This record gives sequence, structure tokens and C-alpha cells, in this order.
Amino acid sequence: MKSIRYILIGILFGIILTKSEAVSWYRIQEMFRFQSFFMYGIIGTAVITGIILVAAIKKYQWKDSGGKPVRFDLKDKFWKKYLIGGSIFGVGWAMTGACPGPVFVLLGQGYTIMLMVIAGALTGTLVFGLLRNRLPQ
Amino acid sequence: MGVWECGSVGSVKKTTMIKFLSQPWPWWISGFSIAGIMAALLFSGKNFGFSANLSNICSMMGIGKRVPFFNFNWREQQWNLWFLLGSVIGGYIAIHYLSSAQPLSLSPATISDLKKLNIPFDGKLEPASIFNWNNIFTGKGILLFLGGGFLIGFGTRYAGGCTSGHAISGLSNLQLPSLIAVIGFFIGGIFTTYILFPIIFK
Repeated sequence: MKSIRYILIGILFGIILTKSEAVSWYRIQEMFRFQSFFMYGIIGTAVITGIILVAAIKKYQWKDSGGKPVRFDLKDKFWKKYLIGGSIFGVGWAMTGACPGPVFVLLGQGYTIMLMVIAGALTGTLVFGLLRNRLPQ
Repeated sequence: MGVWECGSVGSVKKTTMIKFLSQPWPWWISGFSIAGIMAALLFSGKNFGFSANLSNICSMMGIGKRVPFFNFNWREQQWNLWFLLGSVIGGYIAIHYLSSAQPLSLSPATISDLKKLNIPFDGKLEPASIFNWNNIFTGKGILLFLGGGFLIGFGTRYAGGCTSGHAISGLSNLQLPSLIAVIGFFIGGIFTTYILFPIIFK
């Protein structure tokens, strides 16, 4: 029953994102308008803690629960797709006030309208899959 | 008698804990906890990246037969779909059992800017004037929900990740591509906020 572990981590994620208010459309507006330190504080603390953690994992060669070295996905170096893709996602993030995680957390909160956003997101993913070879990488 | 005492002490502790968690969280606790989620996944041998689930769902629906991009074994990514399910349950639990009565402490400058766009601040997480089913057949609703969703799906696959994959996991591992992606997120977000929103909402 390995699934239980991931469901539990997911539950914690849903609770943390709700309580952090990072799922809030209003908070995302406040962030893109640079009118509060709040969201920058959240992301900044997460990143600084993450940098220390990743550095420690690498330095002390910590193992995961299966006894294997902790593995990190590396990103390839085609910078164009990060800038173009990132900017397209940024428009969607500001419009809906939610990135993919929060869309599902908000659905759980009872915002069933998020089903429309999910339908849109799946369509967008599908269209990307169809056009991928024709896009600048 | 002894059992009763134990039980009541336990429930007192439990309610205190729930009260404690139900307060609005300071930003640094939130940031630290989000890094904790990344740590829990790393030590399970997994990488934190939520938007991969959009591809996983496409693959699960069998689209891989027609579109090679989705032709992978989604069962290997099943853990992430369980994580997604958990996040929905977590949202439910947090809003029903851990929410505080206090309105969101949004910056007065933001409240006033949004008022100029005819978006009233109602103290909740989401503006009820936008996020309700009555808007679904309006141009604004279709644009924001379906259009915004489309750009999230398209953009995250193009950029190879979203906030969790790039801003949290990627930056923590000092990946330059992730920094470029995050700069992109802000270019798109600022453009939408200052250029598109006045057109959409006025």
C-alpha cells in the first residue's frame, strides 16, 4: 500500500497550501502587483530551506527510504522553451490565480468551477503534445 | 474513570491543536512546510512536480496511442496521481476543519486596485464575483477558466514544469533553466495583471 504514503503527503500539501493562502487569487494579484512581501516570503523561505536541504543531501549523500541515493531531475539547457513556456504559464497563473497544484486544492475546498480550469489545462497539455515538434525548443 | 480522564485530556489537546493550526499561518511557517513536502517526496525517491500530472492524466486516458508525447507508462507516475488525490482531500479538510473566521489580510493597495477593476474584496480566498458557475457562459468566464486553464496546461508542458517543479524543486537545486522559467512566470503574470486585466474587467 505505497499509495497511502503519497495520499498522506498530498493531504498535507493541500492543507499547507490552503493555510498558506498561496492558493488565493487575491494573494497572487498582490504578488504580481508587488504590494506585499507575503508570497515572496513563502516562496523565499521554501527556496532557501530547499537549497540548504539539497546541499546537505548531496554533501552527506543521504539515501531515500528505499536505500537509494536521493535522485534529482535535471533540466536540459534549451533556455528558449523555459522563457516562452514560462511566460505562457504566467498568463494562465495570473488569470486563474492558481498554478496546477492549487487548482486541485481549490477543487477540494468546494470551488467546483475549477473543473473548467482542469478541462482547459488538460486541453492545453494535449495541444502542446500535438504541436511539440513544431515549437521552438 | 481513568479511561474517561485520559479521553478528555486527549480531546482537550486535540482541540487546542486544531485551534492552533486554524489560525492564519505566518509566511515563514508556510514556506518551511512547503519545503517539507519537497523533502518528503525526495526521501521517497520522487521529485516534486505537480503539472506532470496533467500529462499523466492524458496518458492514462490512452491518448498516447495517437500522440507520441503521451506514450509513456503512466503507472510509473501513479504516485503523483495519488499525491494529486491527496491534495484535493487536503483542501477539503483544511477548509472544513482548519479554517479561521478572520478575513484574508490582503494589502489595502491591492484591495483598492482591484476595486478599480470592479472586483470587490470579500475576505475569502477567491473572489466570489469571479469564481462562480453563473460566469461560465459569459465571455469573461470562458476566457478566465477555460482560456486560463489552457495556458496553464500548454505553458507548463512547454516550460517542463510549474511552480513546484521550477520555483521550488528547480531553484532549490540551483538549476539555471528553472530561474529562466520563473522569470517567464513573472513576465506572463505582470503582463496579465497590468495589460490584460484592465481590458478584461473594465
